Amino acid sequence: MSDIPAELKYAATHEWARLEEDGTVTVGISDHAQSALGDVVYIEAPEVGLTISAQEEAGVVESVKAASDIYAPIGGTVCAVNEALTDAPEIVNQDPYGDGWFFKLTPTDAVDLDDLLDAEAYAEVCDTED
Amino acid sequence: MADKTPLFDAHVAAGGKMVDFAGWMMPVNYGSQIEEHTAVRSDAGVFDVSHMTIVDVDGPDAEAFLRKVIANDVSGLVAYQALYGTAWNAHGGILDDLIVYRLPKGYRCVVNASTREKMLDWFDAQAMTNMRIEHKPQIMLAVQGPEAINKLVAATDLPALSIKPFCAASHGDWLIGRTGYTGEDGVEVMLPVDQGLALWDALLEAGVKPAGLGARDTLRLEAGLNLYGQDMDETTSPLVSNIGWTVAWEPADRAFIGRYALQGELGAPTHKLTGIILEDKGVLRHDQPVETDTGAGVVTSGTYSPTLQRSIGLVRVPADASAECFVDIRGTLKKARLVKPPFVRKGKILVN
Repeated sequence: MSDIPAELKYAATHEWARLEEDGTVTVGISDHAQSALGDVVYIEAPEVGLTISAQEEAGVVESVKAASDIYAPIGGTVCAVNEALTDAPEIVNQDPYGDGWFFKLTPTDAVDLDDLLDAEAYAEVCDTED
Repeated sequence: MADKTPLFDAHVAAGGKMVDFAGWMMPVNYGSQIEEHTAVRSDAGVFDVSHMTIVDVDGPDAEAFLRKVIANDVSGLVAYQALYGTAWNAHGGILDDLIVYRLPKGYRCVVNASTREKMLDWFDAQAMTNMRIEHKPQIMLAVQGPEAINKLVAATDLPALSIKPFCAASHGDWLIGRTGYTGEDGVEVMLPVDQGLALWDALLEAGVKPAGLGARDTLRLEAGLNLYGQDMDETTSPLVSNIGWTVAWEPADRAFIGRYALQGELGAPTHKLTGIILEDKGVLRHDQPVETDTGAGVVTSGTYSPTLQRSIGLVRVPADASAECFVDIRGTLKKARLVKPPFVRKGKILVN
């Protein structure tokens, strides 16, 4: 059973989003996603300053097994990327909801977070895939 | 519904993540592919390869049959010697690669899981008068790694094994070949279905790490070994697949299938299959386009190499391409370099 923290929001494409106190939104991939991918060996992060809309491709995560696209859960402008993943992509496997975050967005409209799945709804998505 | 090997429940019990591979539910890993890979390079791992197809051929015409359908020549084999080769269609395209073991009576062929129906049909179609072809479901376990043989002996009541590389020995109902697909020492054990689970359990008990298809792929790629259906298929010949050495052109009068189609190509193959190392960051994958100084090529297999800790692959490129090249990864050209495989053998890195 994968770990699905109740305080986060989720996209059906397995990204999580967390609204921070400074108004930015941190994005990563779920425990279910890192487990399905296996050992992560490379991250292609979006560039800081890039403006993307919800469900648009925001990068790629590569495991030994396969490459998988990362989508922006909500629209916004990329304001930070996790540089630590460049040299230590395995952090994504070890700590997907903490140090394994991918990038931060300044949201176009933080209200869009309400359109995402809560933990319970996301758990159902994971169940149908197993 | 995909087939299951007799060890399906044992894989699930060991934490195996089961996926459909060529119509078989097989473990892709048991948690970490990299740990499984490393165990085989440094200690010992075990792969269930019971999905592969074991075909026994015997009778007075067996040798003539195999000399007709396989481009390598079985005629020189002594009992318990093994031979790697390919079977071709009439155009010299590769139908499959296989290992043939010469047994005291007849031969045993091990062909791929993904080509089972095709090869069984092909063998039947080419069969000669006085011979028998029998497909025997068995358990086949590949025990691989520098400690593989020691741990196998410790786990069983087998005597100390002194099998030469690419040879085999029989012990009771078991056939043990000192063969593999990892670039490490080790054996492949073929045994009756009802004894398979006991051996699997004993190996795990002895500290042999269960390893899945994921590690099998990174290990074989580091060892520079082709995967049928990916690095070679019916549209490619051994001459452009880095296995020209497996074709026995002598004696000149051996009329194996495909010979005359390919003989003319012998002097100057247009392409070569070789190794590639990605210099930039990223991961090489099957089908990515390659740009060389003398023309276009393609990545046939690509992965992240746990031993080299960078991405490696096999590519088919123009025969005269020089080392510096580029790979198109999602629209970006990344720097890469052609190298002669293998990348890793017996735990040692062989490329710069």
